[in-house]
Amino acid sequence: MTDLSTSVSPQAQAAADAAGAPQVAPPLWLLAELTYRCPLHCVFCYNPVDYATHRDELDTAQWIKVLREARALGAVQLGFSGGEPLLRDDLEQLVDEGHRLGFYTNLITSGIGLTDARLGALKEAGLDHIQLSFQDSTQQLNDFLSSTKTFDLKKRVADSIKRHGFPMVLNCVLHRYNLPHVEKIIEMALALGAEYLELANTQYYGWAHANRDQLLPTREQLEQAEAVVERYRRTHGDRCRIFFVVPDYFENRPKACMNGWGSVFLGVAPDGAALPCHTARNLPGLTFPNVKDTSLREVWYDSDAFNRFRGDAWMKEPCRSCDERTRDFGGCRCQAYLLTGDATNADPVCDLSPMHEQVVNVVRRAAEAGDAREQPVVFRNDANSRRLASGHTDHNDNGDPR
Amino acid sequence: MNDTVQPPPLPAHPKLRALFRMQWEPAQDAFVLLYPEGMVKLNQSAAEILKRCDGVRDVDAIVADLEQAFNATGLARDVDAFLAEAARRGWLE
Repeated sequence: MTDLSTSVSPQAQAAADAAGAPQVAPPLWLLAELTYRCPLHCVFCYNPVDYATHRDELDTAQWIKVLREARALGAVQLGFSGGEPLLRDDLEQLVDEGHRLGFYTNLITSGIGLTDARLGALKEAGLDHIQLSFQDSTQQLNDFLSSTKTFDLKKRVADSIKRHGFPMVLNCVLHRYNLPHVEKIIEMALALGAEYLELANTQYYGWAHANRDQLLPTREQLEQAEAVVERYRRTHGDRCRIFFVVPDYFENRPKACMNGWGSVFLGVAPDGAALPCHTARNLPGLTFPNVKDTSLREVWYDSDAFNRFRGDAWMKEPCRSCDERTRDFGGCRCQAYLLTGDATNADPVCDLSPMHEQVVNVVRRAAEAGDAREQPVVFRNDANSRRLASGHTDHNDNGDPR
Repeated sequence: MNDTVQPPPLPAHPKLRALFRMQWEPAQDAFVLLYPEGMVKLNQSAAEILKRCDGVRDVDAIVADLEQAFNATGLARDVDAFLAEAARRGWLE
């Protein structure tokens, strides 16, 4: 999952104020990242590159406590993610609890391990929806990018998901290698009976950031793909809703990341760290509360980590006086840090940012490099994670080649 | 989303698509419509109309039921407009 497409009513805050409730609206989205373990090794995974140093996992009772506390706060959407959540054999139990509590339950999976038996058990437990990832419409590229032989299996899993009567979102991360296949990817989604297709242009965090120069597409590729998407929306929009997650390096305004920090999203990492965004772990100077010893109410309303970039008091210029600050919240804090070294800066995707040139340079360099890539892609695996965690590939983002 | 899809025809006996679930949320003090990874907060009239989209009532019956429940008349236009919007958003089958 990369996009927070939740439609959130701006009236929620006003209603909370009128009721004398806390000024901060409750979380709506709980993302339970059950494990960082994964059978796939995708080059664009958003998990932290040092995931191998976070081995610890919450147990079933601890997760159940998290679900109950989040629901009591008002969260309605529950995502089970990872890593690959199917690697937890208590997944069915957690889905059952989430369903019983009244969450809309979403499983975000590679499909590996999603047998008919487990699909039946998940249906029984009350799972509402499955988001299945594909890496491409071709076996060759799907299997290369994930460093596995999983394409045919995923297609069989998609059939089983539909046979069990689940709504299905197909998710495909887009980048220079598969953007030319967008038409085939859409045809595949239609053939598999997906109700939604999320074409998620790569967001450059985690492993995707480590592989950014290899993955960045050209503007022409994006424009062509978007034209294809528009065409299919007109002809097939009633069968399958197609989302095209904005390729923000190519934009002039930043994305409204997480609908604002500490606004709707509450993530819990496998080890219990509570995160205001999936990639917030990369930000220095923030201590993330752990659900093992902190209630979700304290996490959401009182913790420094969740309050640090809430609202707009933290903003510097040009955001502070910008009319658009309530629309995009200054963009993404993680991106501001990754590209400018300071998380309180404007997201440099914004062309009002004095650092916007950084992004322009990265895009230009990728376009100039064409297909001549000097560095091999770095697959997400334990060995690479340990290597990256020990800082062997420190690099800067000032537009210099690594 | 800026879909420019032709609006689908309104079903004769509208009902919420299986993809969607409507429920009361105390924290929102409202009915909400839940769907994969998303939520729409409903105002009261939207919720009252959707509650009656059970696949059995036709639009006339929905209007009659609402007019009786709220001791009102002339709701047909509002109901038609809302159902058209709901159909456009893909909520109904």
